[in-house]
Amino acid sequence: MKKKRKYDGWIIVSIIIFLLFVLFLIYPLLGILKASVIDLKGNFGFNQFVKFFSQAYYIKTIFNSFKVSLAITICTLLIGIPLSYFYSFYNLKGSKFLFVISILCNMSAPFIGAYSWILLLGRSGAITTFFRNKLGIEIGSIYGFDGILLVQSLKLFPLVFIYMNGAFRNIDNTLMEASSNLGCVGIKRFFRVVLKLSMPTILAASLIVFMRAFADFGTPVLIGEGYRTFPVEIYNQYVGDTSTDHNFAAAISVIAIVITALVFFIQKWATSKYDFSLNSLHPIEKKQPKGLSGFLMYAYSYILVIVAFIPQLYVIYLSFRNCDQAVFKEGYSLVNYQLAVSKLLGRSIKNTFLLSFSSLAIIILLAILIAYLVVRRPNIINNSIDTMSMLPYIMPGSVIGIALVMAFDSKPLILTGTMMIMIVSFVIRRMPYVIRSATATLIQIPMSIEEASISLGTSKIKTFFKITVPMMTNGILSGAILSWVSLITELSSSIILYNNKTITLTMSAYVAISRGNYGLACAFSSILTLLTSIALLVYLLISKSEDLKM
Amino acid sequence: MSVNISVKHAFKKFGDNTIIPDLSLEIREGEFLTLLGPSGCGKTTFLRMIAGFTQIDGGDFYFGNNRINDLDPSKRNIGMVFQNYAIFPHLSVRKNVEFGLKNKKLSKDEIEQRTNKFLKLMQIEVLADRMPDKLSGGQQQRVALARALCIQPQVLLMDEPLSNLDAKLRVEMRKVIKNIHQSLGITTVYVTHDQEEAMAISDRIAVMDSGVIQQLGTPKDIYRRPYNLFVSSFIGRSNIIEGHIVIREGVAFVNIGEYEFSLANIQKSHMLEKKVIVCVRPDEFYIERNTGRGIPSIVDDCVFLGQNVHYFMHLEENGFEVEVVEQSALESEVLPGMRVFLGIDQERVNVFTADGSTNILRGVYNDVL
Repeated sequence: MKKKRKYDGWIIVSIIIFLLFVLFLIYPLLGILKASVIDLKGNFGFNQFVKFFSQAYYIKTIFNSFKVSLAITICTLLIGIPLSYFYSFYNLKGSKFLFVISILCNMSAPFIGAYSWILLLGRSGAITTFFRNKLGIEIGSIYGFDGILLVQSLKLFPLVFIYMNGAFRNIDNTLMEASSNLGCVGIKRFFRVVLKLSMPTILAASLIVFMRAFADFGTPVLIGEGYRTFPVEIYNQYVGDTSTDHNFAAAISVIAIVITALVFFIQKWATSKYDFSLNSLHPIEKKQPKGLSGFLMYAYSYILVIVAFIPQLYVIYLSFRNCDQAVFKEGYSLVNYQLAVSKLLGRSIKNTFLLSFSSLAIIILLAILIAYLVVRRPNIINNSIDTMSMLPYIMPGSVIGIALVMAFDSKPLILTGTMMIMIVSFVIRRMPYVIRSATATLIQIPMSIEEASISLGTSKIKTFFKITVPMMTNGILSGAILSWVSLITELSSSIILYNNKTITLTMSAYVAISRGNYGLACAFSSILTLLTSIALLVYLLISKSEDLKM
Repeated sequence: MSVNISVKHAFKKFGDNTIIPDLSLEIREGEFLTLLGPSGCGKTTFLRMIAGFTQIDGGDFYFGNNRINDLDPSKRNIGMVFQNYAIFPHLSVRKNVEFGLKNKKLSKDEIEQRTNKFLKLMQIEVLADRMPDKLSGGQQQRVALARALCIQPQVLLMDEPLSNLDAKLRVEMRKVIKNIHQSLGITTVYVTHDQEEAMAISDRIAVMDSGVIQQLGTPKDIYRRPYNLFVSSFIGRSNIIEGHIVIREGVAFVNIGEYEFSLANIQKSHMLEKKVIVCVRPDEFYIERNTGRGIPSIVDDCVFLGQNVHYFMHLEENGFEVEVVEQSALESEVLPGMRVFLGIDQERVNVFTADGSTNILRGVYNDVL
């Protein structure tokens, strides 16, 4: 009896997606690799890498990035884990408030934090002048390492917070009781039992924080001053005000990718050492915070969250103050907003919505299709699609920007300066997260549901659209909203790819800052914050779980 | 409306493992046939080959006169009920039940009418607008059944549909399924590993092991005259005792140690002096307290279960453990430690060849031969 191979429409879908990935992901990546070793005259050589590693000036950028990212990771763990512990194990009043504000801190545009802290603690910042004039105390400079550390820790600790909430939620109450029974309670139990059980999550959260910090452009470019990190270096080499060296930028990008990939694999290896599974039949019973320790808990949680959020509030406040270029004056009005209108506010908003929604639509479609191919039809093509879809994890935003420009700057496919290239960049950046989420959702849908539909006479395609996709969408929707917020605040690749026609709210704000037009920048930033908040409110209304995957 | 199923020389392997080497089976129109066997015997695989979800590696499958090997599962007009119900969680009960009708060209009224009919049949009309996550296990199973029946299939396939329900509910749903079958008369193929369930609802049972049908027959035939040792051990409980045949004056006797009983209904071809295996069900023993005619045994434990008493004993000669069931008697109680004599009901007992492969008695019915 000969075997019949089933050639259905999914083969075509596989091939199309495979080719899309090769065109928009592999081709630009190879372009960067090529540019790093082949110079403008066509000669092959590693002189770009030699140039990088032989000069302390350049090696320092990688070293600086590493150092500050590591510090940020440790800091976020130190402030995020206690917050999560109090939130998960104790009944704090107003915990919803803490939760929402934490997420708002994390989801703001990359530079708003840096920018507003400069306005508060910079050389002529509000707090600095207050201390100087009224109290005669000179606060140190916020620029450089300290500034980056402060701003990013306060921005990224919510990631640790959310991740650890998930981990603590998975600890069965009986484990805690068993531990008490054996004489281990309180702080000892925290370190010997709770933290150890949460190790995989701690490692996962550390990785996310490290990668975000490492690839961040917005904060160091504003507040870094002399402390040079590599995303800024890549940008300067590629777009910079002084000389530009595209090949050198490519070489730095390659080095960045290698480092990120290394960190990724180290984390995977470390996590594999903690191979156990938790299943929680009895969720943790929250205790009431009492007495002095209770008071300290409340103080810690609220002070942390409010301090982290103040900068955003300050920016909103400032947007209503009169402003002349870089100087804020007395009096309140809408003058900044009026200025914004004349400075392409309408176009910025339109582009922001257009780009983010079309990218999101493409991402969701791709994610659903790829999840189906990977889970239901594993074969060589689909497995390589799965692997390729993970590449953006290790490509910092700046690198993606450069790779796309290099690849699509010339014939046969010219996309630079178009909306298309922005959309491609957005899709590449956000796609891995939504694919992971879609795959996780699909794995939980048993085959028998699809078989039931088929047995009732529904064709495979119809089953996919009427049964599988509706069941998956519920799982992806909340992740999609968070992805949308991520997209409207994207900076590090937009800054390389944008132009006047495709300018977004984020870019408008950044341009205003770099031109020293502070009031205008505040106006743009406030609108961005408003959009983010609305999206998050919608998210909280729709989603039932607190398990965000950011 | 319904149809007979004819399978000739079905073959299936996964990688290097042959699950079903050569299976032929004739399922009659309108009958309720159960595939019964232990885990891994191939019963679900075979069911899924009929459904079209598992590829047929060899053999011919017919619905009536139509060869269905190459027919897409959505075109075979089968109704399938899964072990985990597979109810669409995002659709209400009504939308679930009418789902299959959307693919046939029916008017809205016709769809509503038919859906109501089957909602009523499964006694779930009050649940019509509820969402699946608000249903109990038993209710979900009714929805799954209504949904499969609503398309009026020519064959109904059920894969261990009751194994996720608690014991009481299982018995109740068994009755429901049997009643439905009696009123609708659809050819049904049912898979289970629970032999009591199989006996309660089936017209015929196919007992399977390692991809081979050991016996195909009515519940009564299979229980009373099992074809081989496997079937005897799988259905009901059996005590397996070694013995040998002795022939005197043309009459066969079975000897177990000193004890002997005559075997009137032995097949002529097996009238030889040879070793045999005697399968005695617990209720086919009777306990002689005084006369001494029987296999000497020592009582280890007795468990009073109301209607019956279960005795756990071991044979004096070789320490072999046996289980005996007797109706509770008021006098002459048998207590642990006592020495009793076990007699065997020679009408009901079954005797097999020494390798367990064949029942040597007459009156064994196996439709698969």
